[in-house]
Amino acid sequence: MTGRRVAITGIGVVAPGGVGVKPFWSLLSEGRTATRGITFFDPSPFRSRVAAEIDFDPEEHGLGPQEIRRMDRAAQLAVVAAREALTDSRIADAGTDPCRTGAVVGTAVGATMTLDREYRVVSDGGRLELVDHSYAPPHLYDALVPSSFAAEVAWTSGAQGPVAVVSTGCTSGIDAVGHAVELIREGSADVMVAGASDAPISPITLACFDAIKATTPRTEEPGRASRPFDASRNGFVLGEGAAFFVLEELASADRRRAHVYAEIAGYATRSNAYHMTGLRSDGAEMAEAIRAALAEARLAPGDIDYVNAHGSGTKQNDRHETAAFKRSLGEHAHRVPVSSIKSMVGHSLGAIGSIEIAACALAMEHHTVPPTANLHAADPECDLDYVPLTARGHRTDTVLTVGSGFGGFQSAMVLTRPRRSAA
Amino acid sequence: MSAATQTVAVTGLGVAAPNGLGKDAYWAAIRTGTSGIGPVTRFRAEGYPAVLAGEVPGFDAARHLPSRLLPQTDHMTRLALAAADWALADADVDPARRDAFGMGVITAASSGGFEFGQNELRKLWSLGSQHVSAYQSFAWFYAVNSGQISIRNGMKGPSGVLVADGAGGLDVLAQARRAVRKGTGLVVSGAVDASICPWGWAALLTSGRLSSSDRPERAYLPFDRHAAGHVPGEGGAILILEDARAAQARGARVYGTLDGCAATFDPAPAPGRGAESGLRRAIELALDDAGAEPAEVDVVFADAAAVPALDRDEARTLRAVFGQRGVPVTAPKTMTGRLYSGAAPLDVATALLALTEGVIPPTVNTGPDPAHGLDLVTGRPRAAELRCALVVARGHGGFNSAAVLRAPR
Amino acid sequence: MPAAFTLDDLKRILLEGAGTEEGVDLDADILDTPFTDLGYESLALLETGGRIEREWDITLDDSALADAATPRGLIDAVNTHIGTAAA
Repeated sequence: MTGRRVAITGIGVVAPGGVGVKPFWSLLSEGRTATRGITFFDPSPFRSRVAAEIDFDPEEHGLGPQEIRRMDRAAQLAVVAAREALTDSRIADAGTDPCRTGAVVGTAVGATMTLDREYRVVSDGGRLELVDHSYAPPHLYDALVPSSFAAEVAWTSGAQGPVAVVSTGCTSGIDAVGHAVELIREGSADVMVAGASDAPISPITLACFDAIKATTPRTEEPGRASRPFDASRNGFVLGEGAAFFVLEELASADRRRAHVYAEIAGYATRSNAYHMTGLRSDGAEMAEAIRAALAEARLAPGDIDYVNAHGSGTKQNDRHETAAFKRSLGEHAHRVPVSSIKSMVGHSLGAIGSIEIAACALAMEHHTVPPTANLHAADPECDLDYVPLTARGHRTDTVLTVGSGFGGFQSAMVLTRPRRSAA
Repeated sequence: MSAATQTVAVTGLGVAAPNGLGKDAYWAAIRTGTSGIGPVTRFRAEGYPAVLAGEVPGFDAARHLPSRLLPQTDHMTRLALAAADWALADADVDPARRDAFGMGVITAASSGGFEFGQNELRKLWSLGSQHVSAYQSFAWFYAVNSGQISIRNGMKGPSGVLVADGAGGLDVLAQARRAVRKGTGLVVSGAVDASICPWGWAALLTSGRLSSSDRPERAYLPFDRHAAGHVPGEGGAILILEDARAAQARGARVYGTLDGCAATFDPAPAPGRGAESGLRRAIELALDDAGAEPAEVDVVFADAAAVPALDRDEARTLRAVFGQRGVPVTAPKTMTGRLYSGAAPLDVATALLALTEGVIPPTVNTGPDPAHGLDLVTGRPRAAELRCALVVARGHGGFNSAAVLRAPR
Repeated sequence: MPAAFTLDDLKRILLEGAGTEEGVDLDADILDTPFTDLGYESLALLETGGRIEREWDITLDDSALADAATPRGLIDAVNTHIGTAAA
């Protein structure tokens, strides 16, 4: 099975600003933002009160009453995004073997919303230490163990091959796709439905990020709250969403004349082995992940046309990653456009890595680099070309996307525009 | 030998199990059929419909870990950190003396640091959001054990976390093997799980798979006509995986090699449809991956759900692959309860010890239903010449994984 | 008016919320020892700050925590907030 290459042939996105690839790309290409004051619950007790929420009605997007009852919101977002990707890829017409089809779902925090909501009920508002299990909903086990998300995506895809959740914090969305790519390359599957989903906008998530002052306390002008690389940035804006892909072996995609958005040519992950939440300023481990991903893709730093940054908008991240780009890409770091779509769609934890891969594939599709919104005056220590405010027409054939997360995980992925394979 | 077929060896075991803390205590208990199942002590469970658990005995976290780590870790992370320390010591590896990027950590999880999360949720809803700990941002999430183990041991290579309920414990070993084959010299893998707390109990109960018995010797009876669910447990095993040649070159003791891995998923459930599960494919793919015929397998470590339909499916599958009573089958987890993601790594550790010692540990308490047609090793351990073991693990929702292990050549 | 915040209070809260680094003696003269030398990084100090805020019912500025490099600095910042003279 050596030499198997992996292509993206279908994309589905559910992101703040709209459900579907189309509204997602218009948001990004128009440089609009989807961050707003929290509406899901009363945010007034919290330090950070803005988020990038999705106006999402599961019924409107085809989920049945039983699906809605049993699934956490993150699973619902996943299934809707996966279905869009499946339709987009027309893979159903290809007659693929279910046993050679798998599914991988990335998620950082699983069914947080369900767990938060239902704990409140069984503990009667935290009063009962010995919770009353008779108030637990029937599918609570599926919230306890988030592999239920992978089961849902597998069912919707008809997958009977390898199926799993990848949960590496905020790099989950890259690592899930990277894992799926490996499974195709090694021959364990021919088609993988892979992506990531998180729906963390709930009181417990806000509270824990408040406690470490990781989210922005900015409340005025919520649409301008997420400011990666800007000198005035002071934390990230929590988001939610999902993005899924149909991945398949490139030669068979070509044989069935599928539309190929991109080839996933390189992927690597490393750990900083330093701190659960902290980052060393030198970016050495992210740089190592970037180097390894480039090596797997057999590319040089100068080949990269666009870098999709993690760009969370925390002080430490933006410097860490700027250092990592300089360390891994050398002089080219100063020439290549770098941007953070978190400025527009917020930081949806484990999901964002896949949402950013979708943005990269669409950037290649449209030869347009999405901007970093809200970037008016860059931090002097962040001195690269971050494509401020407006999207830029730019020949985009080779893209690097990176992620960095709690636990010390640093991941990098390289997407290329494949020439038609020999098949 | 190409990278794709390069042999990967297990060189270190760290065990935290309900019937033994540490590999030696565990193996001594397992060989004598000593169970660790008893009444729940971690909280007052008397009022719940399930009252038994397999709890890890005698673990004093402060004795094993620096006090800086205690406020920020859930019980299961403390167990995992200690088990990782023991596994590295068992493998005679000093991480400080190796290339940091040449070591990775790939663990499975099921419910994360659920007790830690429970306590913070309680503070949130009873006292207010300002009372939630700064450590909640990571102490309960699924990636916490891989992160903490990598930090404690300075491991910067490829790391990861998989969740596939009970099957994830084998999937991570497969993933660790991939990482070794792609050039990472050493990977710390396996899983340790624990969610024995009131909130975890409420969630586990909704699976409908917990035994309601209050008699430890009657509560978890896989393949028995009286099978009626399982007893939850905590713990698991951490394993050290290395390239077999490199392990040999450094003179490491090799417990065995991980020669076959596979994972499949059941067809979507549909009312009234009894479709064949994906378990047989998982076993056959793992055997194929190992280049093994069914006849080569000397012992099977079963998933042993103790849910009648699942027991029937597993027994039918084993008969289909190995024939009626065609291979000795055992479920030492009858002595620990089911450890969720921790169960399969512990079964792999047990299988490797069995290969080393030439003895099949027993399935306790069960009186096998002859209708299953299994040669279930019950009552006493069975001495046997063992060269090859199959470990089976399944997860809620339809996950099936299998692994083939061989004794060192 | 609440009681002043003392070094003993800080030591107790550090111990509860963050433990102690091996080889560090909190009972030594640590008033002017940088937190980093005592083995406490920003996360430990955030947890410590949160505990102080709850116990003394105050809200520390982001900068008060970030700028306090030593126990003396943090004790002074807390006492400024609770409106009593530093002990």
